[in-house]
Amino acid sequence: MLNRHEFLEKRGLVLTVAILVVVAIGGAVEIAPLFYLESTIEKVEGVRPYSPLELAGRNVYVREGCYVCHSQMVRPLRDEVERYGHYSLAAESMYDHPFQWGSKRTGPDLARVGGKYSDAWHVQHMINPRSLVPESVMPPYKFLANAKIDPENAAGWLKANRAVGVPYTDEMIEKAAEDLATQVDPFAADFDGFMARYPKAQVRDFDGDPSEITEMDALIAYMQVLGTMVDFTIYEPEDNYR
Amino acid sequence: MYETLSQIAQTWGLVLFVIAFGLVLIYALSPRNQKKFDEARNIPLNEGDE
Amino acid sequence: MTAISSDRGPTQGGSEIPFIGAFLGVGSLLALIVAARTTDSLMSAHAMMFLAAFIAGAFALVHHLSSGKTLDQSVYETGVVKAGVFASVFWGIAGFLVGVIIAGQLAFPNLLYFPDLPWTNFGRLRPLHTSAVIFAFGGNVLIATSFYVVQRTCRARLFGGIAPWFVFWGYNLFIVIAATGYLMGITQSKEYAEPEWYADLWLTIVWVVYLLVFLGTLLKRKEPHIYVANWFYLAFIVTIAMLHIVNNLSMPVSLLSTKSYSLFPGVQDALTQWWYGHNAVGFFLTAGFLAIMYYFIPKRAERPVYSYRLSIIHFWALIFIYIWAGPHHLHYTALPEWAQTLGMTFSIMLWMPSWGGMINGLMTLSGAWDKLRTDPVLRMLVVSVAFYGMSTFEGPLMSIRAVNSLSHYTDWTIGHVHSGALGWVGYVSFGALYCLVPWLWKRKQLYSNAMVEWHFWISTLGILLYITAMWVSGIMQGLMWRAYNSLGFLEFSFVETVEAMHPFYIIRMSGGLLFLIGSLIMAYNLWRTAKGDVRAREFAASPALAPAE
Repeated sequence: MLNRHEFLEKRGLVLTVAILVVVAIGGAVEIAPLFYLESTIEKVEGVRPYSPLELAGRNVYVREGCYVCHSQMVRPLRDEVERYGHYSLAAESMYDHPFQWGSKRTGPDLARVGGKYSDAWHVQHMINPRSLVPESVMPPYKFLANAKIDPENAAGWLKANRAVGVPYTDEMIEKAAEDLATQVDPFAADFDGFMARYPKAQVRDFDGDPSEITEMDALIAYMQVLGTMVDFTIYEPEDNYR
Repeated sequence: MYETLSQIAQTWGLVLFVIAFGLVLIYALSPRNQKKFDEARNIPLNEGDE
Repeated sequence: MTAISSDRGPTQGGSEIPFIGAFLGVGSLLALIVAARTTDSLMSAHAMMFLAAFIAGAFALVHHLSSGKTLDQSVYETGVVKAGVFASVFWGIAGFLVGVIIAGQLAFPNLLYFPDLPWTNFGRLRPLHTSAVIFAFGGNVLIATSFYVVQRTCRARLFGGIAPWFVFWGYNLFIVIAATGYLMGITQSKEYAEPEWYADLWLTIVWVVYLLVFLGTLLKRKEPHIYVANWFYLAFIVTIAMLHIVNNLSMPVSLLSTKSYSLFPGVQDALTQWWYGHNAVGFFLTAGFLAIMYYFIPKRAERPVYSYRLSIIHFWALIFIYIWAGPHHLHYTALPEWAQTLGMTFSIMLWMPSWGGMINGLMTLSGAWDKLRTDPVLRMLVVSVAFYGMSTFEGPLMSIRAVNSLSHYTDWTIGHVHSGALGWVGYVSFGALYCLVPWLWKRKQLYSNAMVEWHFWISTLGILLYITAMWVSGIMQGLMWRAYNSLGFLEFSFVETVEAMHPFYIIRMSGGLLFLIGSLIMAYNLWRTAKGDVRAREFAASPALAPAE
């Protein structure tokens, strides 16, 4: 035993391997089971992959680092449920790559922000947060209203997401560019097809400027869908015990 | 599969680690290693230097 | 120079040069292709930066070869350590400055936000701050000190010829790519793992070379034992490699695009991220800097470490336990409860090895406590260990579910992080830098000990202001969120809690500013020390500082 340990100490390579074994097993034992968890969380009804416009909005959310100040995870504590809404379910972030649960609430939680404020409120709040909430410390995001989105990029986003497991169909990928445009135009040709692909999606001009599709449209479309996919009037928590 | 793996993690995984750590303790506390450790702890002070 | 190993390993070096040359060639070509073909303007900017760096590297290599210098295996490699010291000071000041700016943004949003300049927004600058202080400042300190310590304690020149220089420049290129990326909006938005896929790949290459240099030096050592500081460095390098690779697995939209999507979804991504995030604290900010403690405190105090046995137990207990503790970042979330409980249990257990290490560091001073009065550098090192003890007591406390339900999402977390970051990581690094500069530039003493005193007291005041402000504001915010009025309704709206934070955000910014001023004093002092100056007043002052026997 003692000589063996000396062996370990005297040989850098052996020490390296020992360290790697200790840390790798520690992590693997803890994380591995979760990759078999999917089967137990897939059942929640209503959760669907993001539409191309919502995904574009999520890209903006990720790019701007919103997670440093906003969580997307309502904990099952009385005050949080009363302040924000039903606690977050694992299934609600099952198509999130990456997850955006956050770790800090310099601003409020956004997991259930969808439908709480009007589009016009969001636009004004993004342009100048302090014009609506004088005490706010949020940065302004006026530039989003001028940043055009090229719908042709959408197929690439969907394909990459499909590669990591989000169930986008061939049809969704093929129509990604068109769907992105459709979501800001209720009179678009393929409205019905879009609604079939992304049930209950909200279709309207989000940023108040119908002439072009901007990052403001996308971000607000994303925020308006957050936390709205699961219908909690029919949701049975017993089915989703964790 | 999830059940099995999480069971293993919560039982045998832990036991194994406690045993392994026990071995480290034996090594570190064994009087037979005293001399070696005394040499090792003086390494930074015995560099000779430029 | 006595007793430096040259009998094992490559004697003359040079075998790495064709590899590095070929690598720079292929790298330039790839960067050129990407720059030419991409339609993503951000990717094109980064490809050009890579290209410029590779070409500069090729020039440096040619210059090195044409100079005809052979690396003398009988002396230590000190050039790369000097470069690391310089980079550490530079990035430290940059990182602290950005920290003060973003603290100011939260205190004075009307003054410090610019609607037409997206790159000045808090969301982009905050990752810049965290990466600059952790990876740029901390990383350069770790690379520089590890290169110094491993040579001395092994009595062998660094392995790999000019490969250590590749590690240094490669790592700093990664920093530049990451930092400019955040400003342009290139981020994965996974906390402390923000750089995108190609920067991650680049860091992986650099890190593997770092491991090879470090291991190679260990293998050709002349000393029979591997000193315990090197265990900690090794654990830091190996574990960070593993964490980095797993947590950053992702699918790029295309090889010409900056954007990628994490391989893992929701819950799995969360656990992988915090397994990474917590162990970045454990192995980058703890194990790596403990290595500094185990070398620089004994060296500076001129006494061997208090208990070598304790250091071995400390080492194994720390790496056994740390790796499990990540899920305490996910209490009350959608993560399965058994994983949360496991994380909490191990976090509480972690208190023991942490304090074992603290005791070991502090007790090294036993019999030499008087030096704390006369040597401000040693005092800085010792106070860093005290901060280590404090934040490793606070950490397990905050990992308890009931406490966490209050502290999570609030400024308490920010205060906790900064007691560790400013007090522990900052001070142990400053102490090491104050030691290294006179040693490396062969100066008898620092330019000014009095300036070290100023640095110490100004930044200590800064830290205290910072962490007390964050404790108060964090606990207050947590309590306000859960306060109910007599009618059973929530008492405060969210924005009322934001308003209540305002004075504490100003205090926090002042604390950060003091810390920044301290680091500027250090930079000046180190600069003059390297130049070989000694402040005139120092001679006169020193008798008064002699210990009262």
